[in-house]
Amino acid sequence: MKSLIAQSHSLADPEVQLDIINNQTEKVKRLEKFESKLNDIGLYPLKPTGIEIFQINVGYMCNMTCKHCHVDAGPDREEIMTKETLEYCLEALKHSDIETVDLTGGAPEMNPHFRWFVDEASKLDKHIIVRSNLTILDTRKFEDLPQFMADRGVEITCSLPFYNKRRTDAQRGEGTYDKSMKVLKILNEIGYGKEDTGLELNLVYNPVGAFLPGDQKSLKQQYKDRLWKDHGIVFNDLFTITNLPISRYLNFLVTSGNLDEYMEKLVTSFNPAAAEGVMCRNTISIGWDGTLYDCDFNQMLKMKTEDGSPQHIKDWDLESLNDREIKTNQHCFGCTAGAGSSCGGTTT
Amino acid sequence: MDKKYYDPEDLKKFGDVTEFQKELGDKFFEYYGSVFEEGALTKREKALIALAVAHVIQCPYCIDAYTDETLQEGCSEEQMMEAVHVATAIRGGASLVHGVQMMNKVKKLSM
Ligand code: SF4
Ligand code: SF4
Repeated sequence: MKSLIAQSHSLADPEVQLDIINNQTEKVKRLEKFESKLNDIGLYPLKPTGIEIFQINVGYMCNMTCKHCHVDAGPDREEIMTKETLEYCLEALKHSDIETVDLTGGAPEMNPHFRWFVDEASKLDKHIIVRSNLTILDTRKFEDLPQFMADRGVEITCSLPFYNKRRTDAQRGEGTYDKSMKVLKILNEIGYGKEDTGLELNLVYNPVGAFLPGDQKSLKQQYKDRLWKDHGIVFNDLFTITNLPISRYLNFLVTSGNLDEYMEKLVTSFNPAAAEGVMCRNTISIGWDGTLYDCDFNQMLKMKTEDGSPQHIKDWDLESLNDREIKTNQHCFGCTAGAGSSCGGTTT
Repeated sequence: MDKKYYDPEDLKKFGDVTEFQKELGDKFFEYYGSVFEEGALTKREKALIALAVAHVIQCPYCIDAYTDETLQEGCSEEQMMEAVHVATAIRGGASLVHGVQMMNKVKKLSM
């Protein structure tokens, strides 16, 4: 499968995506606007609570092309963060008390400066999270990375959309499940996911289809039981994430005829408490070219941070970023449905 | 008259039944809500029971609603279909066990 961009697909254009989730059908048009929902609960305009997480998207290149990918990542994507931009990131981190650096992609491991950057960031005593798709660690070029990350105390948060083969492979491609199990076993062997090693291994669940994630605690228990029983695998935590209606997942919603119902489901499941805790309030997202965004989703929709606040990592200014207004649109309903959704799981 | 008896959109209007009889409607929804709360059975177990029962009573609204619910609860396709088979086994068994009554009657009436 190719990325939408490589297919010259109309949905590769963020403007088209925003138009679809706002105007595609009469039903979608009639749905209440996210801003008005925020207004009702006194949260509009949405402001940060203070940046605590520095999320760097180090590139859109990936060894996979999952059907739901909001990044439209894949082997054909060439956008990769340069060493120079990574240096700007380190500079910004040096001069702030932000504790967590969250590396995402694509497959973040595929950035050629990945190891160097992890080393430098760990020298700054930051808590580093790497969002891994697991399968990349099953390739010759990257097979030493688990130990590399363990030596630096890096937290690994990895995607496993379901605890069984059928659904995992349906979303992420044939063979994904078996490779993921193999890598999880390796991670367990070097201490990841085991008590008292301090090596955090967290899994990410997201629905394989047009439905919302269920209760995080109950799903975690199901994963724990099944992965232990079927494979002898252990892990620390499970984060449930809602699929946001953008990019390839939006393409799925449109082509499968689920757009109306899914958008309606998101809007009717709006939860004020989840809105309070949306991740853009304590996270900043840095794009591969150094551009600043409120979150990784706004990044993919090319919605930069507000005009007048810093919009590039070169112009980093924590105080002014903490004072900006966060840009929102209808996709944001994905973060506020039910128990809420963020990179760290539910928000309520 | 509408062209169809079942319209998926009607499921969303379920709550409106209180319009014609508020007191009993409210009581039903309060009871319904309590039934599906986490209790001695998990929400997941209750969703699977509901899915199975929906097939026995052949309610298209409930089948839609509890397919969605069981997916949300993290049930796999196999688990969902096994629940339907449990319902089918009971349903089929319930017919078949009455066969004993028929046999009894046949034996009584026959020489
Ligand atoms: S979802 Fe993750 S693993 Fe899959 S294509 Fe996108 S970035 Fe790659
Ligand atoms: S999509 Fe981004 S900006 Fe919108 S609520 Fe979610 S985290 Fe915030």
